[in-house]
Amino acid sequence: MIEFHDAAYGYGGQELLTQINLSLAPGSFHFLTGPSGAGKTTFLKLCYHELQATAGRVSLLGMDSRALDRNDVALLRRKIGVVHQDCQFLDHLSLWENISLPLTVAGRPVVETDLADLMAWVGLSDHANALPPELSGGERQRAALARAIIMSPDVIIADEPTGNVDWEMSLRLLTLLVELNRMGKTVVIATHDMHLIRQAKSQVNARVLRIADRRIHQAGADL
Amino acid sequence: MKSILLPFLKFEDSKHDRVVPPSGFTAQLSLLTSGAMAFLAVFAMALSFATGRLADQWGSELARASTVRISAPEDQVEAQTQAALNVLLTTPGIASAQALTAEDERALLEPWFGPSLPVESLPLPVIIEVRETAEGYDAEGLRLRLVGEAPGAVLDDHSRWRSPLVKAASRLRMLGVLSLVLIAAVTAGMITLAANAALAANGQVIRVLRLVGSTDHYIARAFVRRFTVRGFTGAVIGTFFGMVAIALLPDAQVEGGFLTGLGFRGAQWLWPCIIPLLAAIVAYVATRVAATQALRRLM
Repeated sequence: MIEFHDAAYGYGGQELLTQINLSLAPGSFHFLTGPSGAGKTTFLKLCYHELQATAGRVSLLGMDSRALDRNDVALLRRKIGVVHQDCQFLDHLSLWENISLPLTVAGRPVVETDLADLMAWVGLSDHANALPPELSGGERQRAALARAIIMSPDVIIADEPTGNVDWEMSLRLLTLLVELNRMGKTVVIATHDMHLIRQAKSQVNARVLRIADRRIHQAGADL
Repeated sequence: MKSILLPFLKFEDSKHDRVVPPSGFTAQLSLLTSGAMAFLAVFAMALSFATGRLADQWGSELARASTVRISAPEDQVEAQTQAALNVLLTTPGIASAQALTAEDERALLEPWFGPSLPVESLPLPVIIEVRETAEGYDAEGLRLRLVGEAPGAVLDDHSRWRSPLVKAASRLRMLGVLSLVLIAAVTAGMITLAANAALAANGQVIRVLRLVGSTDHYIARAFVRRFTVRGFTGAVIGTFFGMVAIALLPDAQVEGGFLTGLGFRGAQWLWPCIIPLLAAIVAYVATRVAATQALRRLM
């Protein structure tokens, strides 16, 4: 799915990540941990081509990221669902419209029953007409997750999805991501919440990647 | 025109356009600019048509016309008029020559002195109206012959003042066209600024759209459609009021000269209808260029 070969990323003459050699297999479940500022978000941005590796090679869904033009990147992002910590929505659109946005921009029809099912799955059926600023942190996270998966992407990347929610909501989000993984989706979650990682142990065969000293270390053992 | 713009109009309130939030300032600016420029464009167009008519009128009426004025002692007027007519009618290049009657002279002077002018009692010179053939005549040779046959006859071939008048009218027409071009350029500039302001203000929206897999083409199209419709709508309003203002100007009259002739005649009233279409095209191109460049900058 996503492969890094001696990849590195630097900015302003300083390398933030270096010598990354990693392969995220289809259907795998990975946690990405490390202290704040270690480069978790940078690594995830390399995964969905928000950033371009400054050295080495990154292969995204079988495509060399260096060869991607703007249109390719747009098409790629329809296959990679992203959930940000600060869930970004279009505040002037309803939640219904925000969640269906990937379909809208892709020119695909929005099947109302499917969208209603998805909103029910993330527990937001009652908020279809609400505007994003009216939602709580947990609701925004679940909405972001729904938007990330509406195109049925091959990969789901979540950057600190539980950073702004309580423990109960964290578990609920984790459960949703585990369900998606069981459907065959590749899941990568950046988090520094070790409790969440331990909690996942009972639900899924997850592997842990740890960023330290600008490098990514594979924990190797299953949790 | 409507069928050309229908795709844009159809999408104005569609979900595709709704991805860009309505922005009051840029919307008002682009509407106002487009409307004001369309209003001015109607006047520039009217000016072009009026000066065009004037140039054509002066050119065609004066180009093949000359006059011979006979100022002679009263007892010689008749003889010199007849002699001058004989000379004129035997001169190659002259199609016709006819002395104006008292009625003709009264009509000529009526705009200045009124209808009750006693032309017969005034010592007015006799005027002979001369029409040339396509080949024209030798003015210098004719003058020499007239001096010999009718010493009181003076030939005026209008060339002294016809040329600068026609040139002035042509220049005015060019200025009208130039005004239209400048108006289009200013409209494009203002809409580009408004589009750039809208794009800059919607950086976060663009970021989200890209995140969910939107192509730059899709994003640009949302802005382009919106500004094209605004440009068209503003221009329709501006053109309407411009045409009303032109229609309210006094009718063309001889006494009013050029100013009262400013306007459209007959089918010319259809010409302003292209202004909204041109405004939409200008807005479309300006926004497309602005959006493409801005999206290239916004990584």
